[in-house]
Amino acid sequence: MTASSATAEAPPARTLAGGSVRALVQLAVVVAALAVAFVVLGPEQFINALTLGAIYALVAIGYTMVYGIIELINFAHGDVFMVGTFVSLSVLINLGFTGAVREPLLLVALLVGVFLFSMVVMGLVGVLIERAAYRPLRNAPRLAPLITAIGVSFILQNIVQLFYGPYQTNAPQVFPTAAVVQIGDVRIPILSFFIVAVAVGLMIGLQLFIGRTRLGRAMRSTALDRDAAALMGVNINRTIAITFFIGSALAGAAGVTYGLQYGVTRFDLGFQAGLKAFTAAVLGGIGNQVGAALGGFIIGFIEVGAAAFGYTRWGPAVVFGVLVIVLVFRPAGLLGQQVGERA
Amino acid sequence: MSEARDILVAERVTRRFGGLVAVNEVDFTIPEGAIVSLIGPNGAGKTTFFNVLLGIIDPTSGRVEFDGRAMIARPRRVGVESLVWVAPSVLVVLVGLALQATGVLGGAAIALTAVAAIGLLMGTLLLAIVRPLWYQNLLLRFGIFRSARPNDMVQAGVARTFQNIRLFKNMTAVENVLIGMHTQMRASLADGFLSTPRARREEDVSDRRAQEILTLVGLHGIGNELAKNLPYGDQRRLEIARALASGPKLLLLDEPAAGMNPKETQDLMKLISRLRTDLGLTVLLIEHDMKVVMGISDRVTVLDAGRKIAEGTPEEVRRDPRVIEAYLGTPAA
Amino acid sequence: MSVVQDLPAPGGRRGGAVRARIGELSSRHRSFSIIVGMALAAAILPVLAAVPPFSSFQTQNAWMDGFTNAGVFVLLALGLNLVVGVAGLLDLGYAAFFAIGAYAYAYAASPFGNQILGIDFKGLLGDSAGLVFWPMLVIGALIAAVFGILLGAPTLRLRGDYLAIVTLGFGEIVPIVFLNSDAVTNGTNGIGGVFRPYLPGLGSFSAVNPWPYYLTMMAVVTVVMIFCYRLAGSRIGRAWEAIREDELAAAANGINTVTTKLLAFALGASTAGIAGVINAAKLTVVSPDQFGFVVSFTVLAMVVLGGMGNFWGVAVGAFVIYTINNVLLKTLNQFFDAVAIPILKDIDFIGLQFLLYGIALVAMMLLRPEGLFPNSRRQRELHAEVIEPGADAMTLPEVTEEGGR
Repeated sequence: MTASSATAEAPPARTLAGGSVRALVQLAVVVAALAVAFVVLGPEQFINALTLGAIYALVAIGYTMVYGIIELINFAHGDVFMVGTFVSLSVLINLGFTGAVREPLLLVALLVGVFLFSMVVMGLVGVLIERAAYRPLRNAPRLAPLITAIGVSFILQNIVQLFYGPYQTNAPQVFPTAAVVQIGDVRIPILSFFIVAVAVGLMIGLQLFIGRTRLGRAMRSTALDRDAAALMGVNINRTIAITFFIGSALAGAAGVTYGLQYGVTRFDLGFQAGLKAFTAAVLGGIGNQVGAALGGFIIGFIEVGAAAFGYTRWGPAVVFGVLVIVLVFRPAGLLGQQVGERA
Repeated sequence: MSEARDILVAERVTRRFGGLVAVNEVDFTIPEGAIVSLIGPNGAGKTTFFNVLLGIIDPTSGRVEFDGRAMIARPRRVGVESLVWVAPSVLVVLVGLALQATGVLGGAAIALTAVAAIGLLMGTLLLAIVRPLWYQNLLLRFGIFRSARPNDMVQAGVARTFQNIRLFKNMTAVENVLIGMHTQMRASLADGFLSTPRARREEDVSDRRAQEILTLVGLHGIGNELAKNLPYGDQRRLEIARALASGPKLLLLDEPAAGMNPKETQDLMKLISRLRTDLGLTVLLIEHDMKVVMGISDRVTVLDAGRKIAEGTPEEVRRDPRVIEAYLGTPAA
Repeated sequence: MSVVQDLPAPGGRRGGAVRARIGELSSRHRSFSIIVGMALAAAILPVLAAVPPFSSFQTQNAWMDGFTNAGVFVLLALGLNLVVGVAGLLDLGYAAFFAIGAYAYAYAASPFGNQILGIDFKGLLGDSAGLVFWPMLVIGALIAAVFGILLGAPTLRLRGDYLAIVTLGFGEIVPIVFLNSDAVTNGTNGIGGVFRPYLPGLGSFSAVNPWPYYLTMMAVVTVVMIFCYRLAGSRIGRAWEAIREDELAAAANGINTVTTKLLAFALGASTAGIAGVINAAKLTVVSPDQFGFVVSFTVLAMVVLGGMGNFWGVAVGAFVIYTINNVLLKTLNQFFDAVAIPILKDIDFIGLQFLLYGIALVAMMLLRPEGLFPNSRRQRELHAEVIEPGADAMTLPEVTEEGGR
């Protein structure tokens, strides 16, 4: 009688440019918030927040895409990001690059290479994980894939730990961190621009892909109603695999940028970073890519803001507090649909 | 029959979903001891109305009274409830400040006040969550009203079955019925912990009662079968048994005859009639199978596009031109 | 005339009959059989520890000490089993309640803690200050239960995965709070000088003699297990199972799902609280790093591997896993260090344990999700690949009849 799949409430992807007064209001709010943040944090921290936010956004998108399509919180996703950092650093080191590369052409080629490589490798890792650990449990009670995901997370962490030990590992910051743009007193690293540009570029590319291509349509329809999509001829398994590939590839890209920006990584980076990125995804509205991006930036600002005010140690607690508050009071997040009513 | 009081009174129940009016000013009463049916084409709003009656969703306007008590309506003055939560703690804090100002008790006053305030706050929040009946009545005094939730409706005496059978598939038939009996049992947490004689006695009594109920619906002897292993017709009966276990006054059956063959349908009709005559139950049926509707209903109500378009005896409704029009043809006889 | 056949009982006909008889006997006299079982275990374990091959790993005292530590995890596993296994609520931040119990005891039973609270048990009771341990077992449980309610109240209406994440968040927040509130919690250094338990006649428990701790632990585990079984078999336990299987149907049958879930949460938390108290009293120091996600994860692994829903199963599973970890892996390290096989020598087996957990967890979920010692109902639930009578191609998927919720 009534419509089915009330459980798969992935809201349709809404872009900020989506239409009329509402979008303008949203835009105005965002600009105002950015302006406030700029004033409060100062330009340097503002850029830091933007950069960190971009990284979180890239990881958050992976969470939100996977949740939107199979309603699974991929606990291992944060660790995919972490592995991405290690993959990129090992590529760079094996190619012989341990420090800044100042030759522009070489740098560009190197970056393109590292990004492509890491993204493809991590994409494949994501597909492998899905195939081996999640797909067999697609129809099992919810607890099972959740627990499996945690298991995979630990497996990834410990494999990395086996190779790299429990200590911090240095990642070659091939993009010269000293290259800055000077505006008055303020020095803004070009690397930050680069990272934000890469992140935004990838996200726009993703939106175009999802919005305009056949595969993207398949992904959207599977997320909305898997059975109907299957009946329409969508290859569900392949669609899900592609979703994992893209999400993990983005996490890989985030890994590369993380290494470039911070120069260090550790086997347990994925756990907290993953949780924060998931918070970002929830904050923005789970299932909504734009929301994930938005959430990522917000979380980046929260974290840098906390540090700027001297509350670095409390940073994670604040972020997780945000998670709890969002889930309790507005589980649909900022851009999600308001979830039903309480009887 | 005109002497019978109305066990359920729904007044001008309306439910909107955004721009869509799913249920539109529906008046609906159920006389005690009657078997009434609610029919209508697909999309007529029967399920939504049903859900409102059961406390699953709130009506946009209108009210539902059950057994003389107001159970369902649009929440009223809910914001005030937050004040009720905070009031005791605020009071305590004020008292503590006063004590401190006047120098009585000194430093300990602050600690005591803090502990008391926090404790009270937690207590009231817990009350708000658990919502025992006396608390709801207290709120009513302040004009604060929240609709009954599904489990409150069961407590009040309304039980239901599901359109797509929702038995606890991995539990036995008896266990399913015992769940139905949940509200009738008095064993508390302490009884559970301590395995008191009272608790054990209650379990034994309940076990026997569950068997009795199963026999009543014609499922004698299959008590230890897993629900998922039962044939379809038996599963439907088991769901009814489970609903009966809560000792309801009103039984809401959601398409109980769906998927049944003619023989099973006949047996079902006999069972429902027996429930009314032997147990004094009032029954509300939502049903598409006109044999059942016309066969056992005292009164039939027809919804279409959210509005009540006809109500009366089965014969009256069958001949009503508006009903025929709504269905685009005569109902299957 | 069943359309569907249930799975045949494992173990064959004769084994099944014997097992059924034992099961029947023990469920009728549940508490008694638990006491007997635990007494047997308590007696056998020290004996085993003193004979080869076990004696070659470590001394009996070291074994006993290990058993007591394992007992802490057994308690944790029992409590989490109530929450995850019986009620079906995935709690990933269980260590938070463990921490709360431990710190509660630390406040009641250490110079630092007493000072914060403004009391002085050492001054009042002198050497027998450890007497506070016994009431704290109950008080710590209550405090943890309160926090369980605090956490559960706003979050229990969330769907399974979201609940998991929120509890994970809490599990992270609590140690951070303890870590950063230096003034009140002594930050990273933690609170030391925690009183050991004191029994009149026996004196304070010592670090050297493992027996008082061991016997106390066995007694506490026995009591907790009895309560767990009783609860699971009671009206409340049935309600938990119903909620786990189909929350909507449970509510439609009169079960107040919010209260019932809250109860599971609170009771699970209280068990962790008890474990925390004992752990603190044994280690005599509490610090935030004892309560990370690793602990939550380990206990979850124990519950999953041991058999969700089956209390004996998770108890044995927890015990075995802990002991294997702490003895076997340590010994493997020593062994391969001594024997010097090239690759194996460099592997830190202790570090490996989480890799093994992860693999075991994934393998379990794929192959035998009901765990090693399954609860029979869980086994039915998890392996059901049946076509339910009445569901046909025309039936739409389950309606969530909660208008948009």
